[in-house]
Amino acid sequence: MKLVTILKREYTTRVMKKSFIIMTILMPIIFAALMVLPAIIVLASDKMADKQNIAVIDETEIFTGKFKETYATAFIYKNDSDVEEMKKLIDEGVFDAVLHIPATTMNVPVNARLYSKDKIPMSTTANITTMMEKELEHQKLMALGIDPEIVKSTRTTVNVATIRIDEEEEHESFDDLSAGLGLISGLIIYTVIFIFGGMVVKGIVEEKNNRIVEIMMSSVKPFEMMMGKILGIALVGLTQFAIWIILTAVLYFIFSIFTVAPAVMGNGELVQQMAGDASTQEIITSVNDVVSSINFPAIITGFFIFFIGGYFLYAAMFAAIGSISDSEADNQQFSIVVSAPLIICIIMFGSIINMPDGNLALWLSMIPFTSPIVMMMRIPFGVPYWQVAVSAAILFATFVLITWMSAKIYRTGILMYGKKLTWKELWKWIRK
Amino acid sequence: MRIEISHINKQFDGYKAIDDLSLNIEDGKIFGLLGPNGAGKTTLIRMLNQITMPDSGTISFDGKTISRSCTDRIGYLPEERGLYKKMKIGEQAVYLAQLKGLTKKDAETRLKQWFRKFEIESWWNKKVEELSKGMQQKVQFIVTVVHEPQLLIFDEPFSGFDPINAELLKNEIIELNRKGTTTILSTHNMASVEELCDDIVLINHGKNILNGSVHDIKHRFKENIFETIVKSDSEITPDANFFDIISQETNKFGETAMVIKKNDNVTVNEMIAGIMRKGEITSFKEKLPSMNEIFIREIK
Repeated sequence: MKLVTILKREYTTRVMKKSFIIMTILMPIIFAALMVLPAIIVLASDKMADKQNIAVIDETEIFTGKFKETYATAFIYKNDSDVEEMKKLIDEGVFDAVLHIPATTMNVPVNARLYSKDKIPMSTTANITTMMEKELEHQKLMALGIDPEIVKSTRTTVNVATIRIDEEEEHESFDDLSAGLGLISGLIIYTVIFIFGGMVVKGIVEEKNNRIVEIMMSSVKPFEMMMGKILGIALVGLTQFAIWIILTAVLYFIFSIFTVAPAVMGNGELVQQMAGDASTQEIITSVNDVVSSINFPAIITGFFIFFIGGYFLYAAMFAAIGSISDSEADNQQFSIVVSAPLIICIIMFGSIINMPDGNLALWLSMIPFTSPIVMMMRIPFGVPYWQVAVSAAILFATFVLITWMSAKIYRTGILMYGKKLTWKELWKWIRK
Repeated sequence: MRIEISHINKQFDGYKAIDDLSLNIEDGKIFGLLGPNGAGKTTLIRMLNQITMPDSGTISFDGKTISRSCTDRIGYLPEERGLYKKMKIGEQAVYLAQLKGLTKKDAETRLKQWFRKFEIESWWNKKVEELSKGMQQKVQFIVTVVHEPQLLIFDEPFSGFDPINAELLKNEIIELNRKGTTTILSTHNMASVEELCDDIVLINHGKNILNGSVHDIKHRFKENIFETIVKSDSEITPDANFFDIISQETNKFGETAMVIKKNDNVTVNEMIAGIMRKGEITSFKEKLPSMNEIFIREIK
């Protein structure tokens, strides 16, 4: 079939392009790097910095021996030494910093001083402060005759969970997370419709300007030409997504093994320290809750349905616009009107996310020109299946209608050069 | 392929591009499609190619009304012709041949043969943008004929070709025609019409205004004008009984070259006898109107 021949050419010429190959391989590397990079940077900067030796002159003797050595800092207690002498040792490179804690009574705030030549990392300063505060608190409690363990046991972390009551079951929802996922999904659909829709326009205008159109038209039906291009580019998009997903996963996995794992192992004491903390464990369990609360199958299926539907709908309209555009005739007014609904969706994002089940969101997710984006914004919050089904059905029915209309414009417009058109003329072509 | 066009009409935005046009094209002929710019030639060609449909009337090939499946039997070289700039020549030619119904393998073998014949095998892996316009035209010609169509339609085929390549193209058209391919040639180049075409149609404002064989039309439009050279010692004057002299020029050897107009009431032989009395005829030839003259006369 000739449609298949066209589809194949549209697909292979794009997939074989250098820009496609570079984009397809580079993007996952960037994605994976973005996920892993923060960890790498932290670890790298810690590792690169030499262990810092800090001399402690603790005149109060409360903190002596209380500062714990970490992978980044070592504490050496020099309580009997003179501060000025020690400072000289910084110049000589024996110590990196000197911590001076002047003598004080228990109730007076401690004014410690940290002398150094180079800048002391913020984390070190913060670390010292926290340890001193904790120790003082401990000391004060002891002085009052209260067992610090009792105080510790009275601490409770309060976590207000919002629970959505669903027909089938109750599940905890994380609205911020849903909003984030909604925004990301909506933006992805928006972007891909424009990227791949733009490819359709570009391809058609190129054929027009090449003057190959007439040769093509004498061999195949205009409808086959148009659909071959739309389908071919859809496959380019799906290929790219598939490669991105697989490569990102693989790269993320490889990065994790080679960088994060040894780093974590190297910081065994840190992990242990964290794990021992009750609040840390709470965080870990709640992260698990959050991840399991995301309905990945629904989001992925939704993405698939609404990408295909939305792309086809807009690609058909973009194809009609491409067919009536060439370098001489500027018919931009049409593309602005056609892309307006997509832009409106993004502008309305705030209102939609605020009330994902509200009337505005509901209607926008049913109107086919906005539904691909708005439905994807709503899905992470949970949408009844019937609504998704109705929206998808409307979308696909509209796509068939629009394709039929676009084909009519396409077959007339594709052979026209340098003519500025009006809506009235287009309507006449459609009715013909 | 025999083509019958009967009472077709096509209207665009209130003006008639084709106005009740009927026309027959005989099998195996080279047929000239002539007419001023905007006469409706391209519209007619597009209808033969099923790119546009007539509003009314019928077109049939070998007695059967045309349908979409006929396009594989036609080879069409449009006036506005182009190729994908970034695609390799060979790949592109194979693609376009496939769209005309050839299998990929078939297309490759046949195209390789044509490339060898035109001595352009080395272009196979080049991109179109690396070729000159004339080179692209060669490729386009090959793509037009590679699926061995029964009907070839050329719209201004010689524009953009240098004289050598135009000659090559002309010979190919003649050779394909000798193998039985019906050919429609739409051109403003009247010299090539006289050289190649058996029959012509002249259309203006979408109407068939003149149709027939080149030979017949020329004779239909002849005005009894003759060119002759006569050797004589004295000056030659018009003879009221036989002819009038339109122009004359005598060289130093006493040879007078004349363009004369025969009187309507005498035969050619009688006129020749009349001239013979004035001197010795060394050359005599009827001057038929050129297609160019007929074109201008009819369109004015």
